[in-house]
Amino acid sequence: MYVLRPLYVVLALVGVILIARAFIVPKDFGTHESGYMYGWYRKSNEGEWKALKAKYQGKEYCRDCHAEQDQQVSSFRHNMIECENCHGPALEHPTAPPKLTLDRSRELCLRCHTYLPYPTSQRSTIKGIDADQHNPGAECVGCHNPHQATKPQ
Amino acid sequence: MAVSGTAALALAKGLNEIFRPMALHASPRPARWVFLVDTYKCIGCGFCVKACKLENEIPFEANVSRTWVERYVVTKGGEVLADTPKEARNGFTTSRIDLGLGRYKEVPPESINKAFFVPKLCNQCDKPPCVQVCPVGATYQTADGVILVDRKWCIGCGYCIMACPYGMRFFHPAYHVAEKCNFCYHRITNGMKPACVLACPVGARRIGNIKDPADSAAKIILTQRVSIHKPEYGTNPQVYYIGLSEEVK
Repeated sequence: MYVLRPLYVVLALVGVILIARAFIVPKDFGTHESGYMYGWYRKSNEGEWKALKAKYQGKEYCRDCHAEQDQQVSSFRHNMIECENCHGPALEHPTAPPKLTLDRSRELCLRCHTYLPYPTSQRSTIKGIDADQHNPGAECVGCHNPHQATKPQ
Repeated sequence: MAVSGTAALALAKGLNEIFRPMALHASPRPARWVFLVDTYKCIGCGFCVKACKLENEIPFEANVSRTWVERYVVTKGGEVLADTPKEARNGFTTSRIDLGLGRYKEVPPESINKAFFVPKLCNQCDKPPCVQVCPVGATYQTADGVILVDRKWCIGCGYCIMACPYGMRFFHPAYHVAEKCNFCYHRITNGMKPACVLACPVGARRIGNIKDPADSAAKIILTQRVSIHKPEYGTNPQVYYIGLSEEVK
């Protein structure tokens, strides 16, 4: 039956590949909840994603120590802005990093306060400036307090 | 004969491992994450893009992002202008529309018919084409509906980048594997909001669980007039929009 020899070779090859596969492929790799088409993966990767540390902690985290600043901004419209939007992500502050990188730039304020005349967007309801006309180049925080509604100093 | 016997056994075991029909009958999902975007509220500040890039370690100066904000300006003459300068990571700080290749266009305010901002992020499709095309099982749909990428498993073939009709995927400049928005999976599974939702000052972005009857975002999706991007592709996207317009591509 020498005509069947190529078949044995092929079967042996397939066997070798499947045995190798059993060693190489992780035990948790296979079809999971979403079925073969969408759920064919290494299950432990889900846990790897879940274990990542969050960098943005939210206002409640800042409030614990910086109650005074929180109180100050709470009566002002800027209360809707997260502290970390300007002060940078807290991570594990005050341990790491001990100091956050505050963005005091004019460009940060202009994200909202460049006036854009867009009738069907909430943007046009925000008090804004023409950045080319209104004290070009100056830092906004030199005159305006971002935490409180005060007249420019 | 012994060799072929072993091969046959291994073959049977291997097939059994790959094709498990019972596993195809997925158990009912405990949760299903969805997203709601209100384009009337969005002010184009780009804080969502900044927060996303810092939270998910996408190099800030690289011109790729998991999320971005598009600006649409429709003139009274019917001309549609759209741009997203640097994915709006620094917001929209000028009225000049970026036409690309260093060309800009100033639209006089009186000739604007409508203008608005549209935040974009991964739709976490219920029938994700990016997952279908992955040859190695490196990208997948979790039981709660989020599409993740296994960075150890991805071979960087780029099929998923080609397959996504929404252009959400890109190569991570540092890890050199496929990258995408995953609703900040590390945050939502630990009781936090995604970074973009947290950073949004006007509540234009909301995360929700459609399986939770008390979820306010899910309630809006189920009971109010919302729309989705590119329904014609049959991908069943799960990012819902309020105030989407036909100009939005």
